[in-house]
Amino acid sequence: MENLDLRYYAKVHSIESFGTVDGPGLRFVVFLQGCHLECKYCHNRDTWDMSLGEYKSLEDIFEKIMKYKNYIHPNGGVTITGGEPLLQVKFLIELFTKLKKENIHTCIDTSGMVSLTKDIKHLLSLTDLVLLDIKHIDSKKSKNLVGQNNEKELQFAKYLSDNNIKMWIRQVIVPGYTDDENDLLKLKEFISTLKNVEKIELLPYHNMGKYKWKNLNLDYELENVRPANDDDINRAKKILGIS
Amino acid sequence: MEFKQWNNFKNGDWKHEINVRDFIQNNYTPYEGDSTFLASTTDKTKKLWDKVLELYKKEKESNGGVLDIDTKTISTVSAHEAGYIDKDLEEIVGLQTDAPLKRAIMPFGGIRIVEKSCEAYGRKIDPEVDEIFHKYRKTHNDGVFSVYTPDIRAARSSHLITGLPDGYGRGRIIGDYRRVALYGIDVLIAEKKKDLEVLDTDEFTEDIIREREEISEQIDALNELKVMASKYGFDISKPASNSKEAVQWLYFGYLGAIKDQNGAAMSLGRTSTFLDIYFERDLSNGSLTEEQAQEIMDHFVMKLRLVRFLRTPEYNELFSGDPVWVTESIGGMGIDGRTLVTKNSFRILHTLENLGPAPEPNLTVLWSTRLPEGFKRYTTSLSIKTSSIQYENDDLMRITLGDDYGIACCVSPMKIGKQMQFFGARANLAKTLLYAINGGRDENSGKQVTPKYQPVTSEYLDYDDVMEKFDQMMDYVAKIYIKALNAIHYMHDKYSYEAIEMALHDKDIIRTMACGIAGISVVADSLSAIKYAKVKVIRDETGLAVNYEIEGDFPKYGNDDERVDEIAVDIVKRFIRKLQKHHTYRNSKHTLSILTITSNVVYGKNTGNTPDGRKSGAPFGPGANPLHGRDTNGALAVMNTIAKLPFEQAEDGISYTFSITPNTLGKTEDERITNLVNMLDGYFKQTGHHINVNVFDRSLLEDAMEHPEKYPQLTIRVSGYAVNFTKLTREQQLDVINRTIHERI
Repeated sequence: MENLDLRYYAKVHSIESFGTVDGPGLRFVVFLQGCHLECKYCHNRDTWDMSLGEYKSLEDIFEKIMKYKNYIHPNGGVTITGGEPLLQVKFLIELFTKLKKENIHTCIDTSGMVSLTKDIKHLLSLTDLVLLDIKHIDSKKSKNLVGQNNEKELQFAKYLSDNNIKMWIRQVIVPGYTDDENDLLKLKEFISTLKNVEKIELLPYHNMGKYKWKNLNLDYELENVRPANDDDINRAKKILGIS
Repeated sequence: MEFKQWNNFKNGDWKHEINVRDFIQNNYTPYEGDSTFLASTTDKTKKLWDKVLELYKKEKESNGGVLDIDTKTISTVSAHEAGYIDKDLEEIVGLQTDAPLKRAIMPFGGIRIVEKSCEAYGRKIDPEVDEIFHKYRKTHNDGVFSVYTPDIRAARSSHLITGLPDGYGRGRIIGDYRRVALYGIDVLIAEKKKDLEVLDTDEFTEDIIREREEISEQIDALNELKVMASKYGFDISKPASNSKEAVQWLYFGYLGAIKDQNGAAMSLGRTSTFLDIYFERDLSNGSLTEEQAQEIMDHFVMKLRLVRFLRTPEYNELFSGDPVWVTESIGGMGIDGRTLVTKNSFRILHTLENLGPAPEPNLTVLWSTRLPEGFKRYTTSLSIKTSSIQYENDDLMRITLGDDYGIACCVSPMKIGKQMQFFGARANLAKTLLYAINGGRDENSGKQVTPKYQPVTSEYLDYDDVMEKFDQMMDYVAKIYIKALNAIHYMHDKYSYEAIEMALHDKDIIRTMACGIAGISVVADSLSAIKYAKVKVIRDETGLAVNYEIEGDFPKYGNDDERVDEIAVDIVKRFIRKLQKHHTYRNSKHTLSILTITSNVVYGKNTGNTPDGRKSGAPFGPGANPLHGRDTNGALAVMNTIAKLPFEQAEDGISYTFSITPNTLGKTEDERITNLVNMLDGYFKQTGHHINVNVFDRSLLEDAMEHPEKYPQLTIRVSGYAVNFTKLTREQQLDVINRTIHERI
């Protein structure tokens, strides 16, 4: 399988015909395999390892999506998530080119922690919406929480802003990790420098993905962290000044 | 014809002939706005509704949930004296008997079922009635059993063919109750007399004689309807003169039907847009306010919520929760491109808010992708709030049925006043498959039910071998099935003719022989397992195949997987072709439904282990649904699978029950509505026919099971109708809870 042309094949974790939470309207959601981050709270731990998952052809995925065009067009669309979808940028360029020809709304759910290569820029020109998951506004804390500092993702956000690409900013609220008042205020300030932010979504941390770590015989470092509740989210929203 | 009651109505053919559709088309006002104009309950409505709630409570506490029975009066259109909830408060009057929730006896369908029902609720039928129907008057039920053949009896008692209306009223006939309001009874009688003239022919054949007899019965019934209305102080010989009268006249028409017939489904038709014309006339001449208009509709709907029939506990196992299918079809588009949505389409739906959710009337939205946005959003918002609405594909049905059809029961479309059906329940195809494997021996009893066929003898099931035998067994079942239905409907026409309902039809009507399939998903999965995995047969000492072991995986129905979905489509097409080989009573057109109502539980109970791995006794999926838990690719994949089933070959309807948690549908109320609208648009563009929409959390249902008193009005949609959840049997409650409720974390 190593000789596959990665423009026409993607390593896929799973496909879900019906999503409503990752982007506007009804979404056909493709979970790509592989991630270069190591988020301690990851609820899809089984999507990290690039050797797992299954290769699926461009044609195959595109045809599958088209079977749902009646539902996802014109108000919904396709969301590519993962894993980190941008690791398979060449494939996504081909897929999105085809989807744009069909007038289907394209969306990527990403950490933005990638270099702004020519390919990435090409892909973003075909992308209607980026769900940008800012892992942590504090670079050091980011490194501790997800294994990388946040330089690339902040640059990525700036690129989206400068190039008029719509984005929804997301952050996972992990009690004790991402909900410090000063950090949230810093995040607010950063977001205020961005154009085209349509929405800010706070995702409450939950531990329902814990079993996936256990299944892989891995330690779950956040064992003692409680899931975020409505109060956590409302507090964070207040600090960020969103309703 | 000309009546002062028709002032300000635009002319049309409807003035020269009975033609309600023409009246609607010439006079209605499409409404493209939203729900903000709606009025809430009046004091009078609140007071009256409180009385109804009190009655509900008493009913629930009564023996078997039956408040009272009039065991003496043989119910006919005009047999009972007037009855009221509270005369001073009621805008719309009329009850089936002389008191609310008191059930009537209708022995023409069958005396034994009436006796059994009375006994089940601790009552005894009046001796005189008993004597009449045992000694002097034959019933539908007697008639059927006097002609049933041994093969029909065998197929029936082995549950190969079940739910047949041979002991109860067939129902599923919709009188055009609007005619009563628009024309008044005298015109309708005069028109029927003209029909009799046509039937005064030189060749006095059996058909002509029968038709003449039927029409004279219709005329009698219309006269009786006048008598019944006069007991309530109304003269309905002339047309209704205002909106309140229009609702009242129309309701009297319907009331006549439900006094006369204990039909399985007694549907109302497509009345709200018709009535809107009267409301608009009154609103514009200032004689009515929006509050009053809503009050009339609220009171009308209250009456529809009080419809009851006397039925046995066994019947309840098949069709649980005391349903009567007062189905009202709402909305849709006209063939001229205008929407048939009116303000009154909103008003009738608004009763779900004013009076709270309820299973009846069975509110059915005829969905078109071109429906006005405001209406789409209102109906879906109510679905999210109440889980009380079903949707059917108007864009699909309009092609063959035009724009004045309505739904009978759950999913059966028919042109109002121009078409009726011979309700045929359903054949158990999962059991048919097992019979094919066992050469016609029953997998549970071991009895030879069909003539001896060659059974499968190999250790592993071979697809071609099984298909060949299954095909032959379907031939056999189709033959017995039509034989049984011919007998049933011959006798129903003879001994329990629906004179008042048929009086509100044209002379020449389309009749369909509405057959049905149960177990489509079990059959599709079983054949898929045989084809794509290896299925080993486990036989008992007598050689009877009693269990199956599956080695390997196989594609499962409900995942938008062509390999198995095409098997399901093939079975539907094959079975209707087999039915079509047989002559039907009154040359009715063969149709097919994929609908089980709640009987999927009972059918499953009576069916042994199947080659798809389903355990003996486990419920089937309801209607066209996949088997519980077999759909793993999300809600839209299920919809795509079901939308593949061909409506052209199953034009009596294809039922899908869909349940989703609120959070899965979207984060905010607004998103949920938008997503549900898009989902319905998509499903119907895929040519799906019907969908029940439930929006609730599993935990809610579990709580309602434990604490029913907290949820007196909790309503959910099951296959083709809605029920009060707390009225389901525990077994059925579990079935609902175990069904796939779509959720994603």
